[in-house]
Amino acid sequence: MNDLVDLYQDVILEHSRHPRNCGPCEHPTHDARGNNPLCGDRVSVCLTLDDEGRIEEARFEAKGCAISVASASMMTEMIRGKTAAEAKSLFDRFHKLVTGQSEPGTDESLAELDSLSGVRAFPTRIKCATLPWHAMTAALEGKDEEVKTE
Amino acid sequence: MSPDDASLSAGLRPFDPMSVREDFPILSTLVYGKPLVYLDNAASAQKPRAVIDAISRVYETEYANVHRGVHYLSQKATDAMEAARERLRSFINAAKVQEVIFVRGATEGINLVASSWGRANLKEGDEIILSEMEHHSNIVPWQIVAGQTGAKLRVVPIDETGTLRMDEYEKLFSPRTKIVAMTHVSNALGTVVPIAEVIRIAHGHGVPVLVDGCQAAPHMAVDVQALDADFYVFSGHKIYGPGGIGVLYGKEALLDAMPPYQGGGEMIDTVTFAESTWADLPFKFEAGTPNIADSIALGAAVDYVASLGVERVHAYEDELLAYATEKVGALNNIRLIGTAKEKVGILSFVMDNVHPHDIGTILDREGVAVRTGHHCAQPVMEHFDVAATVRISLGLYNTRGEIDAAVAALDRVQEIFGR
Repeated sequence: MNDLVDLYQDVILEHSRHPRNCGPCEHPTHDARGNNPLCGDRVSVCLTLDDEGRIEEARFEAKGCAISVASASMMTEMIRGKTAAEAKSLFDRFHKLVTGQSEPGTDESLAELDSLSGVRAFPTRIKCATLPWHAMTAALEGKDEEVKTE
Repeated sequence: MSPDDASLSAGLRPFDPMSVREDFPILSTLVYGKPLVYLDNAASAQKPRAVIDAISRVYETEYANVHRGVHYLSQKATDAMEAARERLRSFINAAKVQEVIFVRGATEGINLVASSWGRANLKEGDEIILSEMEHHSNIVPWQIVAGQTGAKLRVVPIDETGTLRMDEYEKLFSPRTKIVAMTHVSNALGTVVPIAEVIRIAHGHGVPVLVDGCQAAPHMAVDVQALDADFYVFSGHKIYGPGGIGVLYGKEALLDAMPPYQGGGEMIDTVTFAESTWADLPFKFEAGTPNIADSIALGAAVDYVASLGVERVHAYEDELLAYATEKVGALNNIRLIGTAKEKVGILSFVMDNVHPHDIGTILDREGVAVRTGHHCAQPVMEHFDVAATVRISLGLYNTRGEIDAAVAALDRVQEIFGR
């Protein structure tokens, strides 16, 4: 039962109930859609980059579970002000955390994202946490086709 | 006469779910230290000892390739496989044993008909009637053949309870209608389609009907002659049989007129480089070495169900579904998806503010296995404006106690998400 409490931490439920940056961007410079064909979850991410290549605004729209919505909500807060390379590097570290390749509480730069480490005990749910990040990466890389979970 | 009186007079033992459970070794599994509550039978059912033993017996005592060897084991395997075909014929009351084709599953059966019958009979502008609540396996094969021939799909809508709109169905017929492909029972909603009536109307227009019986065959008596079905498919693994085997029933005249689906060994009469001639039914549609052991074990599976009494299983599951509908429906924040008057075995629902995947994960930690997602029926999800549902699907070994365990686990969901 403890792993359920780890999975559904208060901060995750709070983000899933009151997602930040939810809704379309007015003038996105980059956008992409993510789809988990196994369960039908969908997320779209739009980004506005400034002249210096920093993410000025990040927003998302999702039809998904608490984990994917909380992950998208936290992501849009965390990548604001970052360059594409910095945002991708953050995903890299987040990916290691949720797949159990790094330990929770060891990387301060992950901040609230650390709360999603509980998915490592639920292999079928890891893709829920990473789907918005795959969409974000695809948006930055200018990919037109919908990205799918690995 | 009540179903119990009928079965007593037929000499069957009384239906006792607790003794039935002992026939299924896997049901004693502990999941995270809790007793398994397996409520995902519509996805795939568990296997009784009789089926597991049949597979072992074939490989230990009667296995060789079939229909070609002159040796002892080949004859033994051939006899066992053909005896299984006869059991399946009897189970669905087909008129002739050669009308029973072994396929990998319902999906292959539908693809076989869509491809073989479809390419021979469909042309530009022809119409195929389906329902809005088909499984993807009864949509996509028709889309593929429609793409190849220029035919079009016409879709019968469902109403807000998930009941087929029979008035709309009748209106869809035109001189271009060439075939109807329809589910007997919806896998996402549990709705029982009045398939005899669907077939009667189609035949009134001279149109044949393929029935997807995947969710019907495990739960209710199927009589293909009484239904006058032209094609009827079902998967073995959903009826307590092995994976990788299923049945396509087709009327002999239709099957005879159809070209082969796959070419290879076993399906030929003579082969030269100039041309080949086809074997008789059912072998014309069974190219290559068949799935021998699983065919035989599927025979054992339908024997097992028949030994319990299909009608009694149906009556028992109906009562259990009514109990589950009442208990789950009484929970706060639950919306049932699919409330047709005639249903079997399936209870689909959503919970306000909690996504089905989160519900599925929490139930799993309580030992309760359910399916969450779109159930390979995305048009149904769209109809009810949901991305996914939680689906409880019953088997003949489920009990009221297990429904209570599922309801307690749903309370736990509310506890976690309501805090």
